[in-house]
Amino acid sequence: MPSSLVTGNSLLAIDVGAAGTRAVLFDVIEGEYRFVASGAAPSTAEAPFKDVAEGVRNAVTNLQTVLGKNLLDDARGLITPSQPNGSGVDAVVVTLSAGPTIKTIVVGLLKDVSLESARRLAETTYTRIMDTIGLSDMRKPDQQIDSILRIRPELVVIAGGTDGGASRSIQKLLEPIGLASFLLPEEKRPAVLFAGNEKMKGEVTTLVGALASALHFSPNIRPSLDTEDIDPAEGELARMYVNIRKRQIKGVDLLDLWSGGHVLPTAYATGRMVRFLSKVYGSQKGILNVDLGASAATIAAGFRNKSVLKVYPQFGLGENLAGLLNHTTLENILRWSSLDISSGVLLDYLHQKALYPAAISATREDLVVSQAVSREALHLAMQSARRDFPQNIATIKPTLTPLFEPILAGGGALSDASRPGQSLLLLLDSIQPVGITTIILDQNNLLPLLGAAAAQNNILPVQVLESGAFLSVGTVVSPVTSAKYGTAILRAKLTYDNGTEARVDLKFGSIESLPLANGEAAKLTVQCLHGADVGFGPGRGGVIPVSGGALGVVFDGRGRPLDLPSDPVRRRELIKKWNWTLGGG
Amino acid sequence: MQAPVHHVIGLTTIVRERVLPVAGKVLVRLQQKVGLGDIVAETRWAREHAMLDVARMLGISANTADRLIKCKVNDRLAAGTEIAVGKGLFPRTVRVPREGRVVAVGGGQVLMEVGETKLELRAGIPGTVIEIIPDRGVVIQTAGGLAQGMWGNGRIDTGLLINLTDGPDSVLTAGRLDVSLRGSIILAGMVKDAETLQVAAELPVRGLILSSIYPSLLQKAREMRYPIIATDGFGPLAMNSVAYKLLSTNAKREVTVNAEVFDRYTGARPEVIIPLPISADPPAPRDVDTFAPGSQVRMRRPPHMGMIGSIVSIKPGLSTLPSGLRARAAEVKLENDETALVPLVNLEVVG
Repeated sequence: MPSSLVTGNSLLAIDVGAAGTRAVLFDVIEGEYRFVASGAAPSTAEAPFKDVAEGVRNAVTNLQTVLGKNLLDDARGLITPSQPNGSGVDAVVVTLSAGPTIKTIVVGLLKDVSLESARRLAETTYTRIMDTIGLSDMRKPDQQIDSILRIRPELVVIAGGTDGGASRSIQKLLEPIGLASFLLPEEKRPAVLFAGNEKMKGEVTTLVGALASALHFSPNIRPSLDTEDIDPAEGELARMYVNIRKRQIKGVDLLDLWSGGHVLPTAYATGRMVRFLSKVYGSQKGILNVDLGASAATIAAGFRNKSVLKVYPQFGLGENLAGLLNHTTLENILRWSSLDISSGVLLDYLHQKALYPAAISATREDLVVSQAVSREALHLAMQSARRDFPQNIATIKPTLTPLFEPILAGGGALSDASRPGQSLLLLLDSIQPVGITTIILDQNNLLPLLGAAAAQNNILPVQVLESGAFLSVGTVVSPVTSAKYGTAILRAKLTYDNGTEARVDLKFGSIESLPLANGEAAKLTVQCLHGADVGFGPGRGGVIPVSGGALGVVFDGRGRPLDLPSDPVRRRELIKKWNWTLGGG
Repeated sequence: MQAPVHHVIGLTTIVRERVLPVAGKVLVRLQQKVGLGDIVAETRWAREHAMLDVARMLGISANTADRLIKCKVNDRLAAGTEIAVGKGLFPRTVRVPREGRVVAVGGGQVLMEVGETKLELRAGIPGTVIEIIPDRGVVIQTAGGLAQGMWGNGRIDTGLLINLTDGPDSVLTAGRLDVSLRGSIILAGMVKDAETLQVAAELPVRGLILSSIYPSLLQKAREMRYPIIATDGFGPLAMNSVAYKLLSTNAKREVTVNAEVFDRYTGARPEVIIPLPISADPPAPRDVDTFAPGSQVRMRRPPHMGMIGSIVSIKPGLSTLPSGLRARAAEVKLENDETALVPLVNLEVVG
């Protein structure tokens, strides 16, 4: 088994998603870590396989084909460490998001204090909060017990009590949890995380320790009324997630063995990487990563003193897709469509796609429906995540998306780099960035894998990030303004390194772009009209250096918040025009 | 590449596990022949609990209350049974509000299971018990035709299969349902309105086998007491030709519709089972196959959703689809003689 990533050169990173499994090889080339190649295969957590290791072996086999060397032996076991003949790898890390959403109950004292913190903690991994038990819960204890027995939760997250504070009230809340666990068959008992008053560890152990499938403690997430500290508990919850999956899904224990215990929830690994990036590259603006896949929509944002990780299985594009309508309407989804699609077709799509999350759009119409759904899902995820962003962050307007630099995007629905314009417009519509920001596509979905590797080897992620494994789509300028359609809102001049210039006059309601190739830099001079604000203040311009990308410098003059025309014909024409401008077809 | 398999088979060995949701008593023996209506296991199940806070009701400490509580775990108590009496000149008493069983005593409290009901597990398919799962249920083996579906309303029943379709894309309307169909399982094509489901319930029928169901009807379909299965999915979809041929040629036979809810993790699928007499056990169905030229496949996504075809060739590398996406794909000859390029992830082997 690999023991250290620092002493090893090659690293096999495996991502087991709800729909697909990927095996990615990083190795040292000319003295620096590089992304070498990847192989993919359908995930096999579901029947008939019910064993994630099968899909992993298939993905590694496909990677072997690309590499032209063996990573698996004749018995399909992993060859480790790497051999003199070039076969094998030195180390393995794994990220995991496959499996059913974890049924969770959150318990806390006050609705707006510890219960809210417990909810935020539960939302850092692939959970679905099925019930909430707090002091203001008017149900009798036996009704709470019946509810727990009906739900059969896999996880209970308990918060409450400042350190050294309330204990009697928490004891009272623990009673129904302990009794319900006692009544459940042993194999169905939930894992319990206690993240409350640290003085209560002994009592919690007495009340639920023997009745939970596992009892974990983390530092208090609400040590005082006005302080919340979720980060340490996030790590504990990530470990519990992997343990729950080990009980639920065959093969996870084998991956744990291969990786020497380096299995992480994909979202947690992403969050770790964003936190790392915000420390290394952080500016006044935050760093944002969005990931839209079959298992969940994940938003990870890093700010100067705080990071936020939000995992929304309810907005994932897989088995939960039909439930998207619990959060939005067919009309809201169809407003993003460039074609005249009936609500019946969309409804059938949502149900059919939920049956086969791995299936892809073969026709143009199906792709348009799929992208409309993706837009709405990511938009909802972003709206939900914004509620938990810290107060004192850089914004142009507090009600809009905060200022980010850069914005990274990954996941099956976003990372297709064959037409970056389509991905960019999807991001502009759903995230609605403001000001000036760089958009980067994680075309190989490497970010979580780098996050998994980072704890063991902090050189690898930095070197891979700087090696061009990510695709820069370009710099996006999104003025915040409201004006009549067609009114000039911004003038910009791009001065290239060779002294030549390109100019654009941006009108409200339009999207424009100026070419600036990947790897090139230029100076962007912006003059704002009619009070438009790109981060320099209303109506104020400025000069900033910008870097290039697949689409150069893109100017999104559609205003914030984006207000699409209510007339469907005109709206669809505009969406087609915007798509065409960005080369999305 | 490994291929998922959608089972539509004329004759195969079918093995199904039937288990109680909670521990109970298994009523059959190994190798016993069972009919589909036979009860194979039973249990008593209480869905509700009653918590009696004796200490609070008597106004005493938990420790004192524990000494006064007269019942113990597993006692079955009738409604009104006295379980604790306080002290003093006019002692208060605590009585059980409903009939039930004591499940926990301690901390000055008594927790009871109440509202117990008897739960009987039926065989669901006629066959032979080949395994006993202690305290939980059985594994039953039978032989016959098998057609899996995509959606089921969670019910199970058996009856004579009556074909009301004119073809795989038929639509069943309320007007086609009359009293002569009472107690039958109906091969029905698409259903577009709730009225048809309701009229079928009023006859009543013992099951509906649909090609597809409109998502707007799902809630109504879940409320129906008879099993409803959709073989191909949602919206206006014709029944795939292999399933249609199997089901329509077995009309007038006894069939079981097990409209189990699709569960991707356990592999539970709604299905129609057509028990058939055999002289030797036919082969069991394959759960996994490999995409190869000649494989019979079913399309999972537009433009040919639900259609059956045959793989002509697997394309090397990645192919560009009409949507612009790139994926591993196969050239498939469809049953209408057209040829289509279909991504492998949009295919499943039928067999």
